[in-house]
Amino acid sequence: MLIAPLSLAGLALINTGLGRSRNAAHAMLSAVCAASLAVCVYFVIGRCWHGSASEAAHTFFAAGKPWNWLGAVPPFFSGLAPDGSPAFLAAWFGLLSAALAALIPLGSGGERWRLSSLCASTALLAGITFPIFAHWSQGGGWLQQLGVNFGLGTGFVDTGGAGSIHVTGGLTALAIAWILGPRRGKYSHDGMPMAIPGHSVVFVLFGCLVAAAGWMGLNSAGAILFAGVPPGRLALVGVNTLLGACSAALTAAVVTRIRFGLPDASLSANGWVGGLVASSAGAAFMPPAAAVLTGLIAGMLVTLSVELLELRFEIDDPGGSISVHAVAGIWGLLATGMLGRFPGSDTGAFFAQIVGIATLLGFVFPLTWGLNAALNRFIPMRVSREGERQGLDLFELGAGAYPDFVTHADDHTQR
Amino acid sequence: MKVTGVLLLVTGWLLVLCAISILKSGAARNGFVLAGLAVEILGLVLAIRAHLPVRTER
Repeated sequence: MLIAPLSLAGLALINTGLGRSRNAAHAMLSAVCAASLAVCVYFVIGRCWHGSASEAAHTFFAAGKPWNWLGAVPPFFSGLAPDGSPAFLAAWFGLLSAALAALIPLGSGGERWRLSSLCASTALLAGITFPIFAHWSQGGGWLQQLGVNFGLGTGFVDTGGAGSIHVTGGLTALAIAWILGPRRGKYSHDGMPMAIPGHSVVFVLFGCLVAAAGWMGLNSAGAILFAGVPPGRLALVGVNTLLGACSAALTAAVVTRIRFGLPDASLSANGWVGGLVASSAGAAFMPPAAAVLTGLIAGMLVTLSVELLELRFEIDDPGGSISVHAVAGIWGLLATGMLGRFPGSDTGAFFAQIVGIATLLGFVFPLTWGLNAALNRFIPMRVSREGERQGLDLFELGAGAYPDFVTHADDHTQR
Repeated sequence: MKVTGVLLLVTGWLLVLCAISILKSGAARNGFVLAGLAVEILGLVLAIRAHLPVRTER
């Protein structure tokens, strides 16, 4: 748990590096603000709905089965003894997860999302969308109980938060990209995309390495807290997490080498994080060979999905958040159902994962899209044309990230 | 059309919920779960395609 916050640092570095230098300080400040706000909102209200398996929850009965649909825990962490109990550790995990989920949409809304509306959107994510699904999948909710109540394997398995953190964040990223529209100059009149390269591949690749350390902590903590994995089995979680990331990054490098003639650094980085995301679902339950296969396919899916979204669907996602977190996360959940080996019955495990994925697409996505579309009516999300041209650093913060350097000649020429 | 796509997403999810709660076990339940997911994928594709003309009109 102590190294898990490194995943926040990694994602912040990746999002910053994939943007242009005129938006670098804004990107980093957005990450700090979003993470801070997510933690505070989760502390005040998010945890009430998230809860944990050992705490009170709202339940109704339908078709003769109990449906645990919402946590019923007091706000402000009250009633939680800071004694290292599973409930307290789950609350700590929830704080980190909310912060990590909040950073994901920043990648798709980069270079055109106002700081104030970004904070408001983060509050909705950390206060409503994330805790509801996290309760269902990790807090003893109906998805986690699919095995007990409906005979679907051991229920929906998402120990490291592939669904609750990454797919939820990735689908929010898709909603934000839709609402904001593409960056000015990204698409020509006939719909051809222009390449807008990030300003620091070094940030991006260093962020990948930092994120891997954080992921080890998140996946390990999730495996202990939500699946009761004994500490002796954590080595397998670490091995699978690393194998997933490495195989996905190599696949992305090979795919881009084949398609473009040279390996692409930023897409390989996206592949790396996609492998980490895919490993989050069931790293504790997969044999290492299955983790490699999961990573291989995740790397391929991320690379192809980035291209598909940009070229065919005209969705401008500067950080690749939709592909890396939503697509790879859904694949990770599916792979867990197909390749995982569970202590109880495997029968129905695949369909439990399908039900979880269907819930993400059919409940979480409409919810997050509706909330953000409504928010956009009250607090417009998109920065003005002048702000976008000037760069968000100068326009919203009044100072650039690199004041000692002339970073863009076109910023300083007469118009 | 985007709203229709989103409604299809919700409909697919409700189909999945009905399948697991009403059908007890076996191929029928699994089939309806997969059908619900297929409806959702259709809704997602519709919503994404509905997004395209807005972009190309810019």
